[in-house]
Amino acid sequence: MSALDPVVLFFLLGLAAGLLRADLRLPPAIYEFLTILLLLAIGLKGGVELANQSLAALLPQMTAVVLMGILLPLAAYPVLRFAGRLARADAASIAAHYGSVSVGTYAVAAAYLTYRQVAFEEYMPVFLVLLEMPAIVVGILLARGIDRDTPWRLMTHEVLLGKSIVLLFGGLLIGWAAGPEGIKPVEGLFFDLFKGVLALFLLEMGLIAAGQVGSLRRHGLFLIVFGIAMPLVAGALGAGLGWMLGLSMGGTTLLATLAASASYIAVPAAMRLSVPEANPTLSLAASLGVTFPFNILAGIPLYHWLAEHIHRLGG
Amino acid sequence: MTLEHRKLLTIVTEAALEHELVRELERLGAHGYTVTDARGKGDRGIRNAGWNLSANIRLEVVCTADTAHAIAAALRGRYYDNYAMILFIGDVEVLRPEKF
Repeated sequence: MSALDPVVLFFLLGLAAGLLRADLRLPPAIYEFLTILLLLAIGLKGGVELANQSLAALLPQMTAVVLMGILLPLAAYPVLRFAGRLARADAASIAAHYGSVSVGTYAVAAAYLTYRQVAFEEYMPVFLVLLEMPAIVVGILLARGIDRDTPWRLMTHEVLLGKSIVLLFGGLLIGWAAGPEGIKPVEGLFFDLFKGVLALFLLEMGLIAAGQVGSLRRHGLFLIVFGIAMPLVAGALGAGLGWMLGLSMGGTTLLATLAASASYIAVPAAMRLSVPEANPTLSLAASLGVTFPFNILAGIPLYHWLAEHIHRLGG
Repeated sequence: MTLEHRKLLTIVTEAALEHELVRELERLGAHGYTVTDARGKGDRGIRNAGWNLSANIRLEVVCTADTAHAIAAALRGRYYDNYAMILFIGDVEVLRPEKF
């Protein structure tokens, strides 16, 4: 078995093509479509599994995961503000990106585990939805504070009705309502084609990541260091939490990956409207230019290794 | 055939602003508008519409001079500092002035 999952090779192809300025671009509508397919597929998969679970049993885990989603941006903010000397809005926005999650990274981690035949809790997408939200609220409050000008309406809209949240949550509900039997007719599109869709998505992500190199060169070393250190710290935290919550080794790996990943769909869109003075170039350079490639290429195997060790030591 | 003078207001800006801007335009008295996807380069770098956050739109409104200037002033105050946005006004002639 090769060390790299084949889908990761598509990411490398996109990255190389982008860096070499090859004439390659997926039409925006296709990228949009691939994102929608991935979000729905992940939601559906989790929802089907949710049909076999009692929600009450999941409640303590869900609460702990939401708390992690609040804690991560709060921990990242002072580092960005004081060690990185970033403006308040920029620090808050980047903190929100890192508190939230990346669906693409989750999909690669799930594919990685499946490829190695490591079992994991199939209801993990529930945590994915939950982790999308708190960081947006924390980020906006860090940037704005609580006063008359807090954009509550806009914030609620972004938190509950952002594209990725609607599709993930919608997929969960449909999967849950349909159950394993009912979902069969659409499995061909959403489950059987998943790896192919993911491969194309990663090709485009490689191109987008390569496009961030210019801003990284301009905005310097701090973002690169932060973009690698933050997922390592958060990943370790996520792995610890996964073990404490009694997740399987695969589940622990996924929770570590979720903690380590940084958003590039829900949070950028929310921040652009709610915290307009934050420079989106900075947060995207870190999240897409550094953290996403790092997680795909090195992070996920590392979190897997970490989860193995925690489970071996902790029993 | 008589033609009447109106202004054509063109705004090129970030796609993220579309919903908010459209509401703003209607509030300020525009009777209609046209939105198209756009890409290009400005002082905020290349905006190639490769994915949603680097996508631009081009908003066009035909309206009276007063409305055009009111919209221009409102947008300049609200968006110029933090968003990629340009705006220009040109003269056009229309056949059915009551529409604009």
